[in-house]
Amino acid sequence: MKGTLGPVLTVILAILAIWYVACVPMNVREVLSAAERDGAVVTPTDPVERRDAGAVGLVLNNTAHLGASWSLDRAKLPAPHQIAVELWNTTVVEEMTGRRGIVNSGSLSNRGLVYHAGITLWATVLGFVIGTGLGILLAVGIVHSRTMEMSVMPWAIVSQTIPIVALAPMIIVVLYSVGLQGMLPKAVISAYLSFFPVVVGMVKGLRSPDQSQLDLMHTYNASKSAVLVKLRLPASVPYLFASLKIGIAASLVGAIVGELPVQQGGLGARMLAGSYYGQTSQIWAALIAAAALAALLVWSIGALERRTLRRMGVV
Amino acid sequence: MTDAVISAQHLDLTFQTGDGPVHALRDVNLTIDKGDFVSFIGPSGCGKTTFLRCIAGLETPTGGDLTVNGMTPDEARKARAYGYVFQAAGLYPWRTIGGNIRLPLEIMGFSKADQAERVKRVLELVDLAGFEKKYPWQLSGGMQQRASIARALAFDADILLMDEPFGALDEIVRDHLNEELLKLWARTEKTIGFVTHSIPEAVYLSTKIVVMSPRPGRITDVIDSPLPRERPLDIRDTPEFIAIAHRVREGLRAGHQED
Ligand SMILES: Nc1ncnc2c1ncn2[C@@H]1O[C@H](COP(=O)(O)OP(=O)(O)OP(=O)(O)O)[C@@H](O)[C@H]1O
Ligand SMILES: [Mg+2]
Repeated sequence: MKGTLGPVLTVILAILAIWYVACVPMNVREVLSAAERDGAVVTPTDPVERRDAGAVGLVLNNTAHLGASWSLDRAKLPAPHQIAVELWNTTVVEEMTGRRGIVNSGSLSNRGLVYHAGITLWATVLGFVIGTGLGILLAVGIVHSRTMEMSVMPWAIVSQTIPIVALAPMIIVVLYSVGLQGMLPKAVISAYLSFFPVVVGMVKGLRSPDQSQLDLMHTYNASKSAVLVKLRLPASVPYLFASLKIGIAASLVGAIVGELPVQQGGLGARMLAGSYYGQTSQIWAALIAAAALAALLVWSIGALERRTLRRMGVV
Repeated sequence: MTDAVISAQHLDLTFQTGDGPVHALRDVNLTIDKGDFVSFIGPSGCGKTTFLRCIAGLETPTGGDLTVNGMTPDEARKARAYGYVFQAAGLYPWRTIGGNIRLPLEIMGFSKADQAERVKRVLELVDLAGFEKKYPWQLSGGMQQRASIARALAFDADILLMDEPFGALDEIVRDHLNEELLKLWARTEKTIGFVTHSIPEAVYLSTKIVVMSPRPGRITDVIDSPLPRERPLDIRDTPEFIAIAHRVREGLRAGHQED
């Protein structure tokens, strides 16, 4: 761990440095407009001319008026510290002092990030459980039946080539028309994205026992279900966990995409609302919350994997 | 003939492979009586494994007759007539030694109490008492092989088929396990089919030595050993032992020269 800390810090610092620099040309138009309103003389003075000028040229011609690049209210690219403040305000400050915060109302504020992250988390977990269950069942079917393999596998592959952003609104509309809304449609999208890696990994894992291990079962005259329970399933556990790590990340993406079209809470809704109102730091804060959630989920699967494998005596 | 446990008549097996048919067994005739210890010896590729797998119902002969306990090999397999020890110990890494031995017992539906009692008994039989809770990777190769023998013994099949079980072990361990195997055979009165590449091992263990030769795989000699059933390790220095070993070597050489 000690050895990786240095390089990781270096990379983070480099990213922050590039970010701060990039804020200047990205935000230069808004900065100059604001400066002009405050009475400064910017070049070129004509707003139309300024609209057509390049961002880098504007920066070079107005080096004296760029002070607000990192403190704009609605910056195109907010500076990292602005995002950090947004994160702080929408989590700790909102919950501790907000009228709807947990301290004053007893429940998480629906204007805070924690509440929305929670919504996304539950949709993700529900979708992941459905997707994983379905994936394992499909894999068991595929391994035991040639017909099933021929008929299901191509569809499973095709299903993954359809862009989820195109499919998500349709799923939501269709489910809405049969009276389903809220958490379930998101979970369906989430499951749709996570079942595939599980199918692929589990098929491989269920087929991983070699011929001599299968022969051994054969000499015991073991039934197919005994072979499945006593040999194929235990042998597939390491493969399953590799798939689960991919699957849970896909589930999170699915839940967020499912939240975009419906403004009913969640990190996806938060991102879209941010872009409607030009609240870019809100988008970035939601993005960072999503990344943190992903890290937490993948880490949890990793911890579960280590525990399971240790209990199974392997490793 | 009444106590013939395994009987093969004009047994043929041809594998259809990508580059033409492979005659793994041609016109194999052999009778194994109850309580026999039969070794199969011969150069690589002469069909020893294939013959054992036929007996076990893992391969289907393409011609001839083969009966096990008067049944077809497949019926015998369903009656759980034999335990099979593969060349690699093949213990499941996620099960303890006890768990591995319990595997066939669970599949065959023995009661919990019966399972525990049998595991304890066979572990003592192969000298592994106290290792029940260990995982396979915590055991040496020789111990793993003994555990896999215990697993084959656990459900009390009267035929034990072993395919080069000690092939990967050093001479000292091998000698020790051979001695143990003979004691175990004497105690349990099982019929044993045993594949080996080692002439001394075959002569030391067997009541019947089957010499095979390749292309096509067939039996060239069957030697009924005159050695007593009670065999200390130093029986290997007696003239009788040396004479049998000589005959086996001659049989192997003859098989080679015919090529
Ligand atoms: N499943 C199979 N398909 C095709 N050919 C096979 C198959 N199994 C065995 N053979 C062939 O049958 C012949 C006999 O093989 P077998 O494994 O019985 O030999 P063996 O006497 O056990 O040799 P070794 O001492 O090396 O274990 C070989 O030529 C082998 O290539
Ligand atoms: Mg072999």
